[in-house]
Amino acid sequence: MTPVAGIEQLAESYDLVVVGAGPAGLSAAARAAGLGLTVLLADENPAPGGQIYRAITTTPVKDRAILGEDYWRGAEIVARFERSQASYAARCTVWSLGPDEASPGSFELGLSVDGKARMIGARQVILATGAQERPFPIPGWTLPGVMTAGAAQIALKGAGIVPAGRTVIAGCGPLLYLLASQLAAARCEIVAVLDTTPRANWPKALAALPDFLRSPYLAKGLKLMAATRRKLRFVSNVTSLSAKGEGTLRQVGFEQGERQGAIACDTLLLHQGVIPSVNFSNAAGCAHAFDEEQHAWVPRVDAWLASSVPGIAIAGDGAGIGGAESAALRGEIAAFGAASRLGKLSEAERDRQAAPIRAALMRLLHGRRFLDLLYRPAPQFLAPPQDETIICRCEEVTAGQVRDAAARLGVTGPNQMKAFLRCGMGPCQGRLCGPTVVELIAQTRGTTPAEVGYYRLRPPVKPVTLAELAALPQTEAAVKAVVR
Amino acid sequence: MSGSRRSADVIVIGGGIHGCSTALHCALRGLSVILIEKDHAGRHASGVNAGGVRQLARHVAEIPLSNASMAIWHRIAELVDDDCGFTCDGQVLVAENEDDLANCRARVDDLNLRGFHHEEMIDAKELREIVPAVSENCPGGVISRRDGAAIPLRATQAFKRKAASLGADIREGVRVTKVERDGSNWRVVTDAGEFLSPRIVNAAGAWADRLAADLDEPVPLEVIAPMLMITAPLPAFIKPVVILRGRKLSFKQFGNGTVLIGGGHLGTPLRDENVTLLDWKKLAISAGTVWDLFPIMRGAPVVRAWAGIEARMPDDLPVFGKSARHEGVYHQFGFSAHGFQLGPGAGAVMAEIIATGRSNVPIDGLDIARFTTTH
Repeated sequence: MTPVAGIEQLAESYDLVVVGAGPAGLSAAARAAGLGLTVLLADENPAPGGQIYRAITTTPVKDRAILGEDYWRGAEIVARFERSQASYAARCTVWSLGPDEASPGSFELGLSVDGKARMIGARQVILATGAQERPFPIPGWTLPGVMTAGAAQIALKGAGIVPAGRTVIAGCGPLLYLLASQLAAARCEIVAVLDTTPRANWPKALAALPDFLRSPYLAKGLKLMAATRRKLRFVSNVTSLSAKGEGTLRQVGFEQGERQGAIACDTLLLHQGVIPSVNFSNAAGCAHAFDEEQHAWVPRVDAWLASSVPGIAIAGDGAGIGGAESAALRGEIAAFGAASRLGKLSEAERDRQAAPIRAALMRLLHGRRFLDLLYRPAPQFLAPPQDETIICRCEEVTAGQVRDAAARLGVTGPNQMKAFLRCGMGPCQGRLCGPTVVELIAQTRGTTPAEVGYYRLRPPVKPVTLAELAALPQTEAAVKAVVR
Repeated sequence: MSGSRRSADVIVIGGGIHGCSTALHCALRGLSVILIEKDHAGRHASGVNAGGVRQLARHVAEIPLSNASMAIWHRIAELVDDDCGFTCDGQVLVAENEDDLANCRARVDDLNLRGFHHEEMIDAKELREIVPAVSENCPGGVISRRDGAAIPLRATQAFKRKAASLGADIREGVRVTKVERDGSNWRVVTDAGEFLSPRIVNAAGAWADRLAADLDEPVPLEVIAPMLMITAPLPAFIKPVVILRGRKLSFKQFGNGTVLIGGGHLGTPLRDENVTLLDWKKLAISAGTVWDLFPIMRGAPVVRAWAGIEARMPDDLPVFGKSARHEGVYHQFGFSAHGFQLGPGAGAVMAEIIATGRSNVPIDGLDIARFTTTH
């Protein structure tokens, strides 16, 4: 691996640019480099690992039991990447991706490192931008003291920090139990786990149970869940949540059917599963579809993870949630696809080499459906029923405002909603509000998220400063083109 | 909305602010209207432009339409029951040097001679009072005090809603494939069936040339994609919209602190795919202009950039008025990246022409005949 320290060290163009250094991106880059492609792996974090293996090479958490053996498997993936011939740009934000009009069939990417921007070329692109937590707006979630479970995990992995004081974890999904157990092992004072997994999900999920019983996740999951339930105060079937306090969080209120409760706490960690992070693939023009089982927008990809835009593939959880191990395998498959499209590998050879990886992937994804169905969030958490709940934090738009615009003004889609309420137009470009806005419009208009559609997102995918843009190197042709 | 009407007094093709405004004003005159839009109202140029409501620096041929529009903008809520986000803090054209300033002075003198007084010279001192953040090298400029800005998609949809509430039948998601004569009517063939009317208005924006060609009135329309970008919120530092004499820039800070940077650098439109491609090297030139003019902006994060799909005519003037060939055909397109402000007034004038055959608002010089007559 060749580290790229400054933007001027980047080549003019690469055979393949991989965006994101989680398991999918690391595996894709290592494999593609091994197949003879010139590869750049660009990632905005200071060290490789992505979310799941965040800070794997730098974490101050040395007691392996705290983060669990699964976490430490990331070290092998990083080590393999480090042995490869790929270039690696850390702290590098990729903020745009579009066709290179001067070179049909190739791409032009906008990147920034240390406040300097540059455009470079790529013949193939693999987006390995991963997952994000599903937005989970409840009354009071903007109070200091409330954060996402993922944020707490970043602090733990990156800096060895756990939330101070009494901590409540609320929501649903396998990661909720994992984080609870990790934080408890790191001596965080967890006073309760409020599980919102809807009881009504069980009958649907049971139909998918036979596959899950053969999944490698089963034993792990059961062990984790049993341990969490045994060690921590566990409240199941929570149907309503609210964060309360003046100026800062004091307690979390909850309903368990008819029963109401409240727990005094200093930190509330919210988590409602993860969904593909689609901002990049959406802004790049890749087609997406609404996956009913994962209840999320997912880019359309083929067997080689190629998107609807020729030359752009999407690997890892960004192409549908499958977890870290499946992400690494999907990175490999995407790399085989890219190498074959570049003529570095015959189709027969591609198929032969990818076959065992594909088989392993099938085994891993076996049983995924059970998890998707069981941990599908309850409707009241997807679309908050309380009008005053803020759903767009950038522009402070409430659920009531969205419902009103959808009902009274006849706003039919999220893109029109932007013009009326500005939700989705702040710096996060809808990362935090998009799924909720879609849900609220669908509910109000009596239709489905698939019918409502999603935001059309715009580059820059991540903010870039005016100064960075102003200093973009100008080619003579570009200067001539605008002086007319 | 009946949703089932197959014929009407007028069929408007295109649901931009022009189509919606013409539909509304026709409905106000008691005409039955069908409006046909292939996407949704304001999906393209009308919904994604910079929102400038500008009389400043217009070609003399369109000043009467612009004046008629401005009168409507100042009471927009009375017309469409929505203020459309209209704010009136003026627009300022900044001269960056003495040559620019001399050009400005000649322009304002010429307008005054023609009886137009909305543009006024300002000196360096007044410029600094109105736009304190502007670079100190600028010697003055021109102001149009009644100008301002609005929220484009919201305004377009307000015209649509009001037209619908007065009985106009708005058909969104319906694509016109052909227009042909049928006795005394025009037959508008769409992917949702056929519609009949004695009068049709071609307000199809970047797609209007196809309709014109169907009608044997081909026009040299260029499809363009003017690019815009917007920053994260900054502390309030500027009220009016600023444009430049010598370089491409349009610059505005909204009430929420975000700053819109436009000015006409073009991306690539792919009109058959409803898509535009951005050209970051050209956006970088806009960023460089802002860097020069407003030092306060240098660290601002750009959070979004986009481009609309618009129509431009070779002389940068719209095509507006009756067809040169056919009775009952009216054209209203080709606004060349500055049609948003004209929408409300142009709709009123078009409806007047449709209903009465004439208007007192002069539209000389905008006729389609300037492209189609052969000498």
